[in-house]
Amino acid sequence: MKAPGRIRLRTGLLVLPLLAFVLVTFIAPLGTMLVRSVHDPVVADALPETMEALAGWDGQGLPDEVAYEAVARDLVRANEERTLGQVASRVNRVRSGLRSALTRTARRMPEDAAAPWRDVLSNLHEAWDEPETWHAIQSAGDRFTSRHYLNAVDLQWLPDRSVGRQPEERRIYLALLWRTLWISLGITFLCLLLGYPVAHLIAHAPPHRQNLLLALVLVPFWTSLLVRTTSWIVLLQTQGVINDVLVALGLLGDDGRLAMVYNMTGTFVAMTHVLLPFMVLPLYSVMRSIPRRHMSAAASLGAGPFQAFRKVYWPQTLPGVGAGSLLVFILAIGFYITPALVGGSTGQLISNMIAYHMQTSLNWGLAAALGGILLAGVLVLYVVYDRVVGIERMSLG
Amino acid sequence: MNPNDTAHVAFENVSKSFDGRNMVISDLNLEVARGEFLTMLGPSGSGKTTCLMMLAGFEALTAGTIRIDGGSVHDLPPRKRGIGMVFQNYALFPHMTVGGNLAFPLEVRGMDKEQQRERVERVLRLVRLDGMEDRRPGQLSGGQQQRVAIARALVFEPDLVLMDEPLGALDRRLREEMQYEIRRIHRTLGVTMVYVTHDQQEAMVMSDRIAVLRDGMVEQTDGPEALYEEPMRSFVARFIGENNRLHGRVQEIDGDICRVETGGQIVQALRAVPCSPGDATTLSIRPERVAVAPKPGQYTNELEADIEDMTFLGDHLRLRLAVCGRTDFVAKIPNVVGHGAVLEGDRIRIGWTPTDCRALNADEEEDA
Repeated sequence: MKAPGRIRLRTGLLVLPLLAFVLVTFIAPLGTMLVRSVHDPVVADALPETMEALAGWDGQGLPDEVAYEAVARDLVRANEERTLGQVASRVNRVRSGLRSALTRTARRMPEDAAAPWRDVLSNLHEAWDEPETWHAIQSAGDRFTSRHYLNAVDLQWLPDRSVGRQPEERRIYLALLWRTLWISLGITFLCLLLGYPVAHLIAHAPPHRQNLLLALVLVPFWTSLLVRTTSWIVLLQTQGVINDVLVALGLLGDDGRLAMVYNMTGTFVAMTHVLLPFMVLPLYSVMRSIPRRHMSAAASLGAGPFQAFRKVYWPQTLPGVGAGSLLVFILAIGFYITPALVGGSTGQLISNMIAYHMQTSLNWGLAAALGGILLAGVLVLYVVYDRVVGIERMSLG
Repeated sequence: MNPNDTAHVAFENVSKSFDGRNMVISDLNLEVARGEFLTMLGPSGSGKTTCLMMLAGFEALTAGTIRIDGGSVHDLPPRKRGIGMVFQNYALFPHMTVGGNLAFPLEVRGMDKEQQRERVERVLRLVRLDGMEDRRPGQLSGGQQQRVAIARALVFEPDLVLMDEPLGALDRRLREEMQYEIRRIHRTLGVTMVYVTHDQQEAMVMSDRIAVLRDGMVEQTDGPEALYEEPMRSFVARFIGENNRLHGRVQEIDGDICRVETGGQIVQALRAVPCSPGDATTLSIRPERVAVAPKPGQYTNELEADIEDMTFLGDHLRLRLAVCGRTDFVAKIPNVVGHGAVLEGDRIRIGWTPTDCRALNADEEEDA
C-alpha cells in the first residue's frame, strides 16, 4: 500500500507550483482587497489622540476642549510625518470639503498655539464649528468599517449612528450596479440568440466543415481584445464605415449620422461580439453529443420540426445554455476594457468605476467594496445555478 | 382500392445515389404484403439501411417510387407517414422518463392524458416492462432500452413498423431472446414489419420472407427455408449458412442435371439456373449433405479426398478436405453411434447426390 500513496504524494508535489502561483497572484491580492474593503487604519493610526478623545463624545453638538487639543496636536504631527494627505482625503470622502479644512489647519497652526484650542481652530477654519466635521473624522477613524459597502449601495452612516441614504447627488453606484446587471443580462441574451444557431450549425456540419467553422469562431477569439474593440470604433463611429455606407446609400442624411459608439449601443455591440465565443463553444460541445437520430426519431413519432426542437432538442441543450449563459454573464458583469473604450458615459459598467477608484480617486476601500459586491453576486449566481441545474451538468467544452 | 389486393409497401425501380455517380441502390423492386415480417438481409454497404431510411422518409430517392398502400409517399414528410421506427442504438430521449418517451408520439398527436397513460401502460405490458414508467433510459439495461424503443415505435399503433439493426448492441444471449420477443410481438399485433440486419440467423428466426441484398440490388427474396435449401444465386448460397463452393465450367446438360468440370474432376449437379455448355459456374454443396465414406455406388458423385484438418465440435466432427483442386472443402460427420473412425491425413471417399449440389452463377469472390 506504500507505493500508491507515494505516487499520490509525488503527483501532489507537482501541483505545488501552481498552488503557490494561485496563492500569490490570486488568493492573496483578493484577500487583501477584501480586507481593505472593511479595514482602514490610516486615520485611526494618524490621529490616535483625537480618536481617544472622541470615544467619549455623545455625538450631540460639538465635542469638548480635550478633543480640540487632541486634533490640533494630531494634525501637526501628521503633517510632519507626511501622512496628512492620506488622512485628509479619507475624511474628505466622508464629507467633501474637509480636505482643505484639515490641511490648512495643520499647515497654518501657529508655533505658540495654546488653549483655548477651540478658538485657535475656529480661527483657522470655520469647519471646526460644525458637528458634521467631527462626525466625519470619527467615521473615517473607524478601523473596521462598513462605510465602503454602504457607500457602494448609496447608503451612509448618519450622525445619529443610523443608516440612511446618500444625498441625491452622490447616489451613483446603485444605478450603476443595476445598469451593469441589465446590460450583462442583455448581452447574455443576445449572445444566446446569436450563438445558438451558430453552435447548431457547427455541431451538425460534416467534420471537415466543422473545423473551418470553428476556426471562424475562434479567430476573433484569438485576436487581441484591444484590436477587436478598436475595430468596432472604426466601424461604428459617426464618421465610420457603417454611417458612411448608410449616408452613401441615401438612407441617412449627412447630418443625421447615428451615434453608435461611445454610448450604451457601443458597449452592447462590442461586448456581444467579444463574448460570443464563450457562448458558442459550450453550446457546441453539448450539441455535438446529441445524436442526430433523436430528431429523426421525433419526426418518425409524428412531431413537427418545432415540437421536435422544443421537446427533444432544446431540453438536451440546457446544460450548454446554462454554462454558456453563466460564463458570458460572469465575464460581462466584470468587463472593463471594452466599455472603457467604446462605452462613453452611458455605457460604463461597474468595473470602470472600480478602476476609477483604484487609479484616479485612490479610494481603494470603496473599489474593494464594489469588487466584493460583484464577487458575492457571481458566487450567489453560481450557487443558484448549482441548485437549479447542477454544476456537474455544466459543460464548458 | 382494396388494400388486400395491393402490397402494403412497394419499392418500384428505386435507385439512390449520394454523390450522383455511385449507386447505393440500383433499380430495386420489392413488395411487402400486409402483416408480413420482411427482413432485408445483407452485408454492410449493401444498402439495406438506406432502403429503410427512404421508406421512413429520411432519405430522398434518386429515382423510382415507394408506395404505401398503393399511394406514392414521395411528398409525405416522415412525421406524416405514420410509420413506427426502431433505430440503431435506440435513439431514446435521455431527458425524458420511459413514460415520457412512450407518451411523446401520443402527446404530439394531441391525445388526452388519461388515454395516453392507458396506452403507455398497455404497450409496456406488451414488451413486459410493466411499472417502469418513471425510470430514465440511462437507468435501464441494454435489453430494457431495446424494449422501450420497440414499445415507442408501437405505442401510436402504426400498421407498419421498421427496425434498423435493433439488436446490434446487445450481447448474444439477449439478442436471441429478443428475436423471439419481436416475433411474438409481430404475431400478437399483426402489423407489417420491415427489419434490417446483417445477421442471417436473426433473419431466419423472425422473418416470413427475407430479401437478400448485395451492392444495392436484391439477390433473392424468399422464405427462410427456401433461401437455405434453394439459393438461386451464388452470393445467397454463400451468405446464408455454410456452403462448399466449387468453381468450374459446364460440360454437358441432361435435363435438370448438368455435368461440370471443376479442379480436374467431373461432377454432376442440379441445374438451378439456366446455363449452357461452356458457361462458367459455381457449385454449392452444404457440408451436411456430403457423405463421408459412403457405400460404393450409393452416390452418383463419388470423389477421393484427403483430410487436411479435423475438429471435434461435440455434435459433429468437422473435416477440412482437399478435393477438386481446393483445400477448404468442408464435410460434417454427425456424432452418432457407429460413425466411421477417420484420421488426419487419411484419404477417404466422399459422395453426394446431384440434387444437393446446385450449379449457380459463377462467383469467384470469396468471403473475407
